[in-house]
Amino acid sequence: MPSKKTRILIAKPGLDGHDRGAKFIARTLRDEGYEVIYTGIRQTPEAIVQTAIQEDVDFVGLSLLSGAHNELFPRVVDLLKENGAEDIKVIGGGIIPEEDIPLLKEKGVQAVFGPGTSTEQIVEFIEHGSGR
Amino acid sequence: MPLPEELKKQKKDWEETTVRKVISRYPELKAEFVTGSDKPVERLYLPESFSVEEYLGKQGFPGRYPYTRGVQPTMYRGRLWTMRQYAGFGTAEESNQRYRFLLEQGQTGLSVAFDLPTQIGYDSDDPRAEGEVGKVGVVVDTLRDMEILFDGIPLDKISTSMTINAPAAILLAMYIAVAEKKGIGKDKLRGTIQNDILKEYIARGTYIFPPAPSMRLITDVFAYCSREVPQWNTISISGYHIREAGSDASQEVAFTLANGIEYVRAALKAGLSVDDFAGRLSFFFNAHNDLLEEVAKFRAARRIWARIMKERFNATDPKSMMLRFHTQTGGSTLTAQQPDNNIVRVAIQALAAVLGGTQSLHTNSREEALALPAEESVRLALRTQQVLAYESGVTSTVDPLAGSYCVEALTDRIELEVWQYIDRIEALGGMVPSILKGYVQKQIQEAAFRTQKDIEKGERVVVGINKFQMEEKRPENLLRVDPAIRQVQTDKLSQLKRSRNSSHVQDSLSALRQGAKQDAVNLLPLILETVREYATLGEICQVLRDEFGEHKETIVL
Amino acid sequence: MDLVDDIRRGEVRAIARAISLIEDLEPEAELLADSLFPHTGRALILGVTGSPGAGKSTLVDRLITLERRSGHKVAVIAIDPSSPFSGGAVLGDRLRMQEHATDPGVFIRSMASRGFLGGVAAATGDVLKVLDAAGYDTIFIETIGVGQTEVKIVELSDIVLLVLMPGMGDEIQAMKAGVMEIGDIFIINKKDMPGADKLLMEVEYVLSFKNPGEDTVTNPIVMTSATNGEGIGLLREAIAAHRTEIARSGKLEQKRRFRLERELMGVLNRKIHQLMDVHIEVSKQLPDWADTLYRRKACPYALINKQIQNFLKEGRGDRTN
Ligand SMILES: Nc1nc2c(ncn2[C@@H]2O[C@H](COP(=O)(O)OP(=O)(O)OP(=O)(O)O)[C@@H](O)[C@H]2O)c(=O)[nH]1
Ligand SMILES: [Mg+2]
Repeated sequence: MPSKKTRILIAKPGLDGHDRGAKFIARTLRDEGYEVIYTGIRQTPEAIVQTAIQEDVDFVGLSLLSGAHNELFPRVVDLLKENGAEDIKVIGGGIIPEEDIPLLKEKGVQAVFGPGTSTEQIVEFIEHGSGR
Repeated sequence: MPLPEELKKQKKDWEETTVRKVISRYPELKAEFVTGSDKPVERLYLPESFSVEEYLGKQGFPGRYPYTRGVQPTMYRGRLWTMRQYAGFGTAEESNQRYRFLLEQGQTGLSVAFDLPTQIGYDSDDPRAEGEVGKVGVVVDTLRDMEILFDGIPLDKISTSMTINAPAAILLAMYIAVAEKKGIGKDKLRGTIQNDILKEYIARGTYIFPPAPSMRLITDVFAYCSREVPQWNTISISGYHIREAGSDASQEVAFTLANGIEYVRAALKAGLSVDDFAGRLSFFFNAHNDLLEEVAKFRAARRIWARIMKERFNATDPKSMMLRFHTQTGGSTLTAQQPDNNIVRVAIQALAAVLGGTQSLHTNSREEALALPAEESVRLALRTQQVLAYESGVTSTVDPLAGSYCVEALTDRIELEVWQYIDRIEALGGMVPSILKGYVQKQIQEAAFRTQKDIEKGERVVVGINKFQMEEKRPENLLRVDPAIRQVQTDKLSQLKRSRNSSHVQDSLSALRQGAKQDAVNLLPLILETVREYATLGEICQVLRDEFGEHKETIVL
Repeated sequence: MDLVDDIRRGEVRAIARAISLIEDLEPEAELLADSLFPHTGRALILGVTGSPGAGKSTLVDRLITLERRSGHKVAVIAIDPSSPFSGGAVLGDRLRMQEHATDPGVFIRSMASRGFLGGVAAATGDVLKVLDAAGYDTIFIETIGVGQTEVKIVELSDIVLLVLMPGMGDEIQAMKAGVMEIGDIFIINKKDMPGADKLLMEVEYVLSFKNPGEDTVTNPIVMTSATNGEGIGLLREAIAAHRTEIARSGKLEQKRRFRLERELMGVLNRKIHQLMDVHIEVSKQLPDWADTLYRRKACPYALINKQIQNFLKEGRGDRTN
């Protein structure tokens, strides 16, 4: 009997140490039945991408609060592409101003969840690919 | 302390008749009322019986042990708190402009925010600095940047607080070197470095080295400053970030003071005597929305610290027992939605800090859940403090909420909880083992998780988030750092590297390396030598990384 | 099968995909495992077990560095428990090995136990085949770390490293409870902490009773401090020496044969289970059977015996075609 599990990498690129949100999401997604890989703070885009590939995840959730998202999120998307893993979906969260979202989406980030996002919205996106 | 018998009887009567009658027709809004930290609050607090001895033991007089009512006898009647807005972004030039602006607006102290590469000891040209240069604070690669940062600012007249931890000794050395160039002696310098590595491991994340060498750097600063920079606050033991990470009020105080205990122990072990450094320890707390609980928190913290210093460490100088603290309003309480609401939150939180007897205060700006604050928002935040200081009247008497039955009860409750945590941490062998085992992080995370769940379930109301929402246009044209800054800064850096005397740089760095190998050597003078030669922050930290190793976090989920 | 070729060429994406197929029990998983099987048997498989927080992941991280220095390709399977309530999991072991994330000679995979007992995941055996066939020279399996139930690791590994640390009051209890039986090499980690020497004496004492008389292979004890790297070189030497010793004494071959026996038993059991489920719809009928038992209209053994007899007699003809 196949029993496909959705696997999600929650990663913190950049240098900020504010992992309250990332940990909350990791834990909540586990409680929703997902397998979550959490690698801690200060991950380089290169390490995130290799981890995503080795772990064969369906999604990479990036959490960043320092303001470096415009540089680092697209870098993860590009590196996935370079490694033939463009099917792994990248979603982002943290302190992301509304006006940055169109650009991030254009660069291949599938969804961006800003402050105040509920778990439901994120789960909705993972399950049905809809949402912000 | 118990309620007097007669009062107890009367209270029961009141509850069974007066209250019951009303409740049967108009039930209360909730079955249980809780504080911002999710602790029960009673409908009514009453005076407890007290003796004069008990009063003196628990509260006493301001400026006297146990300092519950304040560290100075006259508090704000004598001198207002220092209004100190945390600021810094982009290049040293841009931040220098902001500091001059703030001083012109009547701010009375500087508070420097550094960018993350600086805080973690990477130069702007390090690959790990990608996207981060100048983002959350000002970038400092070398002494040159510090010279620009404080250009035209009289370092002998103002006090400067620097939020820097793992490389605190290096930035302090740079500050001293800048002053030297301006002809200002070390003994004239006033200010604070955060220098609190333990809460970095617990909550904030900008650590570099493992605990043991990190503690050594800290005690080296203590020892050096007690001789050379006597007016400098050598550490700001910070609960702020512990609270931001999701702790409750009691945990904020408990873990901060437990960190304080660890620093005192480390300094004693390094051979300092308690009254030589304890008076230069300062603290840094958060102010959240639950006004009464927050006021109680500050009062409890003072009382407990005084007791710790006097009873556990046998301090004799009153200064060693005084918990002096800076407060920042709670960043995590701000919402990206309806950002103007944040102005109100900040006002309440600032009031809590003032009623709690803070020595200095930073008020957050309304759009800080979204971006760096614009000048106009920073001014408004500063004006909030000025209104409190000059119009509210709460500055006219010392510790105005003392004697509030409720505030006293909350103060006692927080104190009790704090002692319980401190005992638990001691049983685990102290703060370092407790952090390495993940105990502290786990406690905070549980509280954070509960809070977030309560918000999602709507059990905890956050205005504009889960109640009273509205459609709104998100603010545009937020202040942002020019992405070209990295290029600008790395160009500056490579230029500087060409102009310095590289054999002097190498010599100073190898001297530091040799010093790092021997525990008994105080590293401050060696670091000072490297910064004078314009060694970069990254180069200095790399030497120490080689010798000390790097810390890895313990994750508990 | 293209996938098999890709795996044998060491393509990371293919390896990762294949592991998921196996974990998810996709229909093609069996064929995949069998196609890989002829190409397995080269890797040295090291099981790493011991109580939670003993330092397993940190030790593996250090050992990877040494293995890489001698030019070996390394793979790690790190197993963490699935939540019994949601079926989800947070997999955190690889945090301590992230320095190796971008090294092309290192492959790290986190696995959730998905309800399987014994400290590993049900699919671990087949996942090993993928990594072995992909050419990894050394494969580490880090178990969940819940102490006494980590027995499955013995069946999967060539050598089991049992990690202990000082300051755990119940360590000696655990030893008596038989955990000591599963270790080939004993590691006293955190030797920088108080109590390490005492623990060493205790371990030596307990080991002096191990398998009296029958086992000629020695069980080295190594003291390490994984965080600062002390003792790791010695540990690696101990592993190499142990490997040579068990290879020479025939113990390694014996272990590997035993592993294959266990594997066959496992496959057989699983197949029988599946067969029974398809043919007499066990899971569907279970409530009805329980009902007859509840009303005391039948007895457990008799009921099952009857079902099996029916299955052997008719069941097969009915539903296979
Ligand atoms: N003092 C000291 N601490 C160590 C040593 N080895 C590991 N640790 C610390 O022990 C904690 C747990 O280490 P891990 O490597 O995650 O242990 P583990 O056995 O893999 O833990 P689980 O997978 O959760 O069961 C971490 O905080 C390590 O830094 C050591 O030799 N000395
Ligand atoms: Mg582990």
